[in-house]
Amino acid sequence: MREITSTALFGVMISLIAFEIGLMIQRKTKKSFLNPLLLAIAIVIFVLQAGKIPLENYNKGGQWIAFLMAPATVALAVPLYKNFELLKKHKWPIIIGIFTGCVTSVASILLLSKAFGLDKALSMSLIPKSVTTPIGIEISKQLGGIPEVTVLAIVVTGITGAIIAPFVCKLFKINDRVAMGIAIGTSSHVLGTTKAIEMGEIEGGMSGLAIGVSGLVTVIIAPAMVTISQYLIHL
Amino acid sequence: MKLLRQITIILLFVFLGELLNKFIGIPIPGSILGMVLLLVSLLTGIVKLKQIDEVSRFLLDHMAVLFVPAGVGLISVIGVVKDTWWILLLISISTTFLVMSVTGLVVKFTRR
Repeated sequence: MREITSTALFGVMISLIAFEIGLMIQRKTKKSFLNPLLLAIAIVIFVLQAGKIPLENYNKGGQWIAFLMAPATVALAVPLYKNFELLKKHKWPIIIGIFTGCVTSVASILLLSKAFGLDKALSMSLIPKSVTTPIGIEISKQLGGIPEVTVLAIVVTGITGAIIAPFVCKLFKINDRVAMGIAIGTSSHVLGTTKAIEMGEIEGGMSGLAIGVSGLVTVIIAPAMVTISQYLIHL
Repeated sequence: MKLLRQITIILLFVFLGELLNKFIGIPIPGSILGMVLLLVSLLTGIVKLKQIDEVSRFLLDHMAVLFVPAGVGLISVIGVVKDTWWILLLISISTTFLVMSVTGLVVKFTRR
């Protein structure tokens, strides 16, 4: 058994099977908080704990899957390209909206972390929680956060976004499809975008576009805002 | 061979991005630089959409599963979040609501 779990095949296989089970559970229950990714992570952790399989054994296969994150991020250029005409047509509202959203995100996290007395590594881990995971992990490392905590915050954020999107839409009477798509992509990246695609083609396209742009904006503004916050609120 | 070529093109952009990040020292993650380079190449026609269409769709459609290993890595830091997990959860949920509302309202009103 030990020998089997220490091959790359084991980590790859268990991740894929766990995700399939997650998808099945969501399809059966149709509950958006039973997110397939969250379920898959829970299942893999459970199997590792139950079988007393060390994390490094799992990672031999896990790193094969994680390797694909960088090409997947590069592939985000495609929805950006496909929606480029729409982006050009509404460029100022879109750019101003995404920029304001990213600044709001980083600022509110810094302030709340300070209010709750979180230590620096944890608050830095939360900062990139609204951007897509491959970008978020890089930002987290750069700021001195803990990438694993960042991943969890990103997943929780994405699921929250997918659940609250229709509610926010109604609450603030946002019947503008471009606005809603941008809001979803900026606040809750890929996982939110799956909900935006359900809401409509324009929402989906705009949300996909916002993932790329907000990722870029956050990469640039996060380090600057962290530096400023150190002077202002002595974080 | 078509898919192999598509994979090669996308990996080439990952590599170019890493190159810019590591050797020229641009402080933006390599994969993001790769994304920008690919966008520019698509817009200028250096790369045609059909040269990368299938593989990029595959990657984007299955993005969620790629995050499983990173999430599982959480068990190695479980001690770090033992006492603060509820704060992290609270901040994550409340700021998501805030950011979505602010962004939506800003775009809505600037488009008028």
